[in-house]
Amino acid sequence: MFKRLAEKGPAIAITVDGKTVNAHAGDTVAAALLAAGIDHCRTTPVTGAPRAPYCLMGVCFDCLVTVDGVGSRQGCLIPVREGMKVETQLGRREAGR
Amino acid sequence: MTAAADLASSYELVVIGGGPAGLAAASLAARAGVSTALFDENPGVGGQIYRAITSTPVKDRAVLGEDYWDGAALADEAKASGALIVNGATVWSLDRQRLVGVSIGGKARVIEAGRVIIATGSQERPFPIPGWTLPGVMTVGAAQTVLKAQGLVVCERTVLAGSGPLLWLLAAQTLRAGGKIDAILDTTPRRNWLQAAVHLPDFALSPYFAKGLALLREVRARVPVHRVDRIEAVGADRVREVVFSSAGGTRRLPVDLLLLHQGVVPNVNLANAAGVTHVWNDRQLCFVPVLDADFGSSVPGIAVAGDGAGIAGGTAAAERGRIAAIAAVRALKPDAVVPDTQAIRQRLQREEMGRAFLDWLNRPADGFRMPEGETIACRCEEVTAQQVRETARMGCEGPNQMKAFLRCGMGPCQGRLCGLTVTELIAEERKATPDEVGYYRLRPPVKPITLAELASLPISEAERKAVER
Ligand SMILES: Cc1cc2nc3c(=O)[nH]c(=O)nc-3n(C[C@H](O)[C@@H](O)[C@H](O)COP(=O)(O)OP(=O)(O)OC[C@H]3O[C@@H](n4cnc5c(N)ncnc54)[C@H](O)[C@@H]3O)c2cc1C
Ligand code: FES
Repeated sequence: MFKRLAEKGPAIAITVDGKTVNAHAGDTVAAALLAAGIDHCRTTPVTGAPRAPYCLMGVCFDCLVTVDGVGSRQGCLIPVREGMKVETQLGRREAGR
Repeated sequence: MTAAADLASSYELVVIGGGPAGLAAASLAARAGVSTALFDENPGVGGQIYRAITSTPVKDRAVLGEDYWDGAALADEAKASGALIVNGATVWSLDRQRLVGVSIGGKARVIEAGRVIIATGSQERPFPIPGWTLPGVMTVGAAQTVLKAQGLVVCERTVLAGSGPLLWLLAAQTLRAGGKIDAILDTTPRRNWLQAAVHLPDFALSPYFAKGLALLREVRARVPVHRVDRIEAVGADRVREVVFSSAGGTRRLPVDLLLLHQGVVPNVNLANAAGVTHVWNDRQLCFVPVLDADFGSSVPGIAVAGDGAGIAGGTAAAERGRIAAIAAVRALKPDAVVPDTQAIRQRLQREEMGRAFLDWLNRPADGFRMPEGETIACRCEEVTAQQVRETARMGCEGPNQMKAFLRCGMGPCQGRLCGLTVTELIAEERKATPDEVGYYRLRPPVKPITLAELASLPISEAERKAVER
């Protein structure tokens, strides 16, 4: 869906659902997921439909993920950090964790 | 990096939002000797137009264009001004007493402000078409954000759909960056020209005229453009196809990415929660705060500057920020030296001149704002247009009652992606005006705050007041 232009920040490794994903300094969690071709980051509480980042500016909340154990964080506003553990969210079960 | 604990308990001026309006306001006030703090939830300053201006990996200046790089001067000026600029700082509450609840790195504080300038800008207008919640459907602004901030450019099968200057700008930026766009589906209703045409002479004098034409030419030379009046995103787990129709019939295109955009609207949540009065603007089809000539709102001491005051663009946003800051400085420090507002007002007027033409030309068609049937209106709670329409027909008079019936507007986005749709759907069903129907009444926190963040609040008198209400 997206490709990276040649110029990019230093590499940063994060894990997404336990798998290593290579991100770069300056990425937000949501941007790193998109660059890695990850298709969705959560399912909805009501029907369990898959969702992926939609606005990337903090308004839609479709980018909600669990970051280092804290649930329902807006992936598009959080910069990646080396070793960060990102987990996709399944519906209501994890909301407010 | 400034942590929550480093903040003073009060500032003479708190500016919320670090786009052109917020940066210009904070610089001016700080240089006039006012203690100023600016909070922005993004990792860097710049707001939407100048997103990642201090860190973008896109070094070829031609890609994003000179208008983007203009933002560097504003960012430098703000940095040198002495204002405290805090990024990664989400403001989740603001009240009439000007207590500002802010969260930084998982820790919350409540700060007293002598004056507040809300400069939280705009967001893209909801674009409720069938399938708009599918992964692979994003906004044009989203694609632009990752281009500016991370140097990610769309590739493979990408279609852009909608209307408005930002769509054409992102298309041009994508092509210059080596990206590929398969098609643009132009939803601008042809009859908009009738209303727009009378404003053409003004627009022809504005700086946006020549730039706009050049953009259109640049993009049209390389991307097929189809006029459409219906769009549907199709796929089970993600978008696979876009189906579109016009007078000439229905067509389908395979897609990996469908980017939607139909203009931007003020981001009203924080001002609304602070009790600022808003009215419907029929030209821009959105709610805007009621403001005086200095951008002061109905709540004493709280101003709204930038595109949050009604859409006028990035350069106008900075001028509005300056005017609001001058009013704040005059109220706080009557003897301070401030620039002459007359010159600023003249520049602002020039900037705003072409706006009527752009607004009328790009006014989205009813069908793209007031969907029907199973199309989702509220993304968070997955409420359909039909449910909203039926509930309105049964007698539900406004969005706040609608919340109780359908839970629309009660999900994490707090109505940002359904508020205008729900208001307009109710208005259409009840044959009322959007002003009569009104908007969601919002209460803090306007951004979700965790219990751990609340628990981290140092308890002082002012802070207790903010939480017990
Ligand atoms: C996605 C998008 C892309 C755009 N791109 C362009 C462009 O390339 N060119 C152009 O001419 N116009 C663009 N615009 C139009 C835009 O409205 C500009 O005119 C300009 O950025 C407006 O400036 P502003 O200062 O009013 O607000 P903005 O630039 O929008 O800045 C507002 C800032 O407030 C912050 N904020 C919002 N809520 C909170 C909160 N609760 N707590 C803390 N911070 C908060 C935001 O993070 C943001 O940084 C874009 C709009 C959008 C929505
Ligand atoms: S992608 Fe919309 S809030 Fe993050």
